[in-house]
Amino acid sequence: MSIVTVQLGQCGNQIGFEVFDALFSDSHCPQKFCSKRENEAYQASCKERFFSEEEDGVPVARAVLVDMEPKVINQTLSRAAHSGRWKYGQHSHLCQKQGSGNNWAYGYSVHGPRHEESIMNLIQKEVEKCDSLSGFFIVMSMAGGTGSGLGAFLTQNLQDQYSNSLKMNQIIWPYGTGEVIVQNYNSILTLSHLYRSSDALLVHENDAVHKICAKLMNIKQISFRDINQVLAHQLGSVFQPTYSGEGSFHYRRNPLVDLMEDLVPHPEFKMLGVRNIPQMSENSLAYSTFTWAGLLKHLRQMLISNAKMEEGIDWQVRPPLSGLPTLGKMPLSKELHFNTSIANLVILRGKDVHSADLGAFKDPALYTSWLEPVTAFNVWKTQRAFSKYEKSAALVSNSQSLVKPLDMIVGKAWNMFASKAYLHQYTKFGIEEEDFLDGFALLEQVIASYSNL
Amino acid sequence: MFTRHRGSEGRRPSRYGNGETQVHLRGLLTENLSLNVEKSGATAATGGSSVTYGRPAPSESAVVGGEYEGRRGLPGAAGRPPSGMTQSVVVQVGQCGNQIGCCFWDLALREHAAVNQKGIYDEAISSFFRNVDTRVVGDGGSISKGKICSLKARAVLIDMEEGVVNEILQGPLRDVFDSKQLITDISGSGNNWAVGHKVFGSLYQEQILEKLRKSAEHCDCLQCFFIIHSMGGGTGSGLGTFLLKVLEDEFPEVYRFVTSIYPSGEDDVITSPYNSILAMKELNEHADCVLPIDNQSLFDIISKIELMMNSGKLGTVIKPKSLVTSSAGTSKKRQEKPFDKMNNIVANLLLNLTSSARFEGSLNMDLNEISMNLVPFPQLHYLVSSLTPLYTLADVNIPPRRLDQMFSDAFSKDHQLIRADPKHSLYLACALMVRGNVQISDLRRNIERLKPSLQFVSWNQEGWKTSLCSVPPVGHTHSLLALANNTCVKPTFIELRERFMRLYKKKAHLHHYLQIEGMEEGCFTEAVSSLSALIQEYNQLDATKSLPVEDIPRLSVAV
Repeated sequence: MSIVTVQLGQCGNQIGFEVFDALFSDSHCPQKFCSKRENEAYQASCKERFFSEEEDGVPVARAVLVDMEPKVINQTLSRAAHSGRWKYGQHSHLCQKQGSGNNWAYGYSVHGPRHEESIMNLIQKEVEKCDSLSGFFIVMSMAGGTGSGLGAFLTQNLQDQYSNSLKMNQIIWPYGTGEVIVQNYNSILTLSHLYRSSDALLVHENDAVHKICAKLMNIKQISFRDINQVLAHQLGSVFQPTYSGEGSFHYRRNPLVDLMEDLVPHPEFKMLGVRNIPQMSENSLAYSTFTWAGLLKHLRQMLISNAKMEEGIDWQVRPPLSGLPTLGKMPLSKELHFNTSIANLVILRGKDVHSADLGAFKDPALYTSWLEPVTAFNVWKTQRAFSKYEKSAALVSNSQSLVKPLDMIVGKAWNMFASKAYLHQYTKFGIEEEDFLDGFALLEQVIASYSNL
Repeated sequence: MFTRHRGSEGRRPSRYGNGETQVHLRGLLTENLSLNVEKSGATAATGGSSVTYGRPAPSESAVVGGEYEGRRGLPGAAGRPPSGMTQSVVVQVGQCGNQIGCCFWDLALREHAAVNQKGIYDEAISSFFRNVDTRVVGDGGSISKGKICSLKARAVLIDMEEGVVNEILQGPLRDVFDSKQLITDISGSGNNWAVGHKVFGSLYQEQILEKLRKSAEHCDCLQCFFIIHSMGGGTGSGLGTFLLKVLEDEFPEVYRFVTSIYPSGEDDVITSPYNSILAMKELNEHADCVLPIDNQSLFDIISKIELMMNSGKLGTVIKPKSLVTSSAGTSKKRQEKPFDKMNNIVANLLLNLTSSARFEGSLNMDLNEISMNLVPFPQLHYLVSSLTPLYTLADVNIPPRRLDQMFSDAFSKDHQLIRADPKHSLYLACALMVRGNVQISDLRRNIERLKPSLQFVSWNQEGWKTSLCSVPPVGHTHSLLALANNTCVKPTFIELRERFMRLYKKKAHLHHYLQIEGMEEGCFTEAVSSLSALIQEYNQLDATKSLPVEDIPRLSVAV
């Protein structure tokens, strides 16, 4: 089954390109640890999900590109075309002349309705090319105007028009020290709207990815391209094919449905984070070896101590003793030392994958009390290695790890809202104070729900 | 001492470089293109077009939330192929406005000549220039793609005395201006805001509208009007601000950015305080963004540069191509007046302000983002600007120390284009627009470094807006424009009000104004109250400076 990707705004388009590139590169990576037949099945599955065929044989990404100003889309299209390996569809994009000015209200209330028909047509065309549709993957940032505002509008539309298909939104969380002054307002509005219309929110934080670039990849002068490539690698490790079940050697058909089933048991909790190890520069990789035991141990500790990367993990953090009921609401002023999960999905790729022991992830202490580990924890596997990593382990988790960043954004936005600063820029386009308040209320609820696990 | 806005005072010496400079510039452009102009069949959308669905039909069905159309380009004439970007129109009013405007156009041409090697008319150039086929009689059909034929500035020139505009039309830039985009009179406004605003306003309203509409029609997607004027005289001040109301009514969706030269303390136009305060009211009410500038600061900056040059410190030499100080180039002594160099600084400000919208970069910033991020409340739209580095450095790889110095200087009171000390006042918001070879990590490092020494208002502690444009200005490897919405503008306004009150109390020169139809004392009292209200806003913000930042209690929800 296929996934249709919608790339929105400068960020969405820049990242979308890197994702397709990573998927393509991985699927054409020479393989040492699996059979040729296996590899071909993997490639076919990847292709079915993300690319369609054209007469000249160059695979075409199943994607729709949208931006309200032309520079980035032009760059994205030509980068893909020049690579000669894959490309975007000739008529799969929409762009305008004047951007959204970092204004969520403008993206949502003006660009949204104005271009609704054109965009939905483009999406429809892409859907028709699929034999069967698994769902939509929408890539967008929260801080700007187009990805955030138009993205929220579009996701609502997709919910209305494609109610049987799933929608997963890939959201980029901005740097804490501003890129855009009104980023907190835009984020509040985006998250609250998406919470109502999206099925899952997969979050990547710029700060976290930046650190990975600095500490693990050893990049000196970090550019946005570096950041986007690390991000794309993480997403690739989640979305590439895996076996459909324990003992099976067929690749699973409907990844989005499976992701939702495994990770979003309750609609109140839909914020997901990704961790992927190992991640390092090629030079370092040449001198490293890994064991599943080692990787899983690190991954588990990263989860419970809420570390976003493999360096600087706090090994002091331990789960509460098994059998004891989890404590009541922890005051947010205290560090959330132990990161409780609702659900976890571990994805293992590479050599001897079946020998990996996942017992430590099944410890009930890791999870909230109202879900049994057998439901809360799942694992996907494939023997086919990912990219250049002989073994790689990804963890997609629905846990408390996003509470603190969310709380910070809500706090800053609330302080600004109390002073009424910048509100005139939003009310100008129909987003009133009540809309903000609704957003705040919803997100405070989300924070409270997660904190009380 | 600075008499830029003095009306009708005889001819000023020519200041737009000598003929050779312009020929050289033309040479740069014509060398790169063949003089065989492609047929101007400017109708078909080409493959490079970015819009696949043509212009989307304006949504007639209910727009979510109401009837807002928001900011958009004006409806274009049918058949014009879509260009990728937006356009801006410069309206230069009065003697000072036109002098600065002229410098701006000169620098803009040079910048595009340096950046655009192939002589192709591209989207970056189209933001400020039309490409005109001069073989076509009449208006000159616009060519939107292909080779550069003849560039015409998207400008409207307005002056109520002819001296300056005539010089422009006889000078080396004469062909850049469309002769029909001028409005002139001969008598001047006599340094009287009321004459400029009321008399000439009503006299020329129709013509002004007509020229503006024409210039808008030539744009595919008009985003912004840049108005350049001085505050202390009569035409720039009076007619320039009259224009704002016209623009607001006629083009409500197009931004109005105003560059205003405020009178310095030693200004010898006695009535400049009256003119300035009357103009301020209009700026308060009808401008989206104002960049206040004063002559004294510009002069001080020029002096600093000359000091550095003469002392041979750091071995700096102004490169011949440097656009910062002189459009003519080297230290060749010619008939230069101090304000040539000063005007060039202001012209550079405008170039750098628009660079991220015109050229590519890893973090683009369009003009509509300036207003969105830097104007937290509609009336607080005065932005203090600084440009660094001011002098060209030797053309070698700049070690990080130099780069960081550029950021430090941007916040120093000696580099602001108005008398202001942002470091010791309160920031409401700050934008850093970087050009050249600077990466996101350099930007973030410097913000982290400088943040502790700056005070931001409690509700905007992380109030930074940043942009990275990969094209540096001509003659530099990198540059920084900082725009600050900061309470440090307050002293300028307070001083202005004091000078006003000194005159007004004695009713000095008031009759010159009151005798103009439509003027009464109410105009004065309203204008000064408007300014006082603004000052009060800044006072209230300043009062919060030393208070500890407290978090507002959050919404509590039932769990």
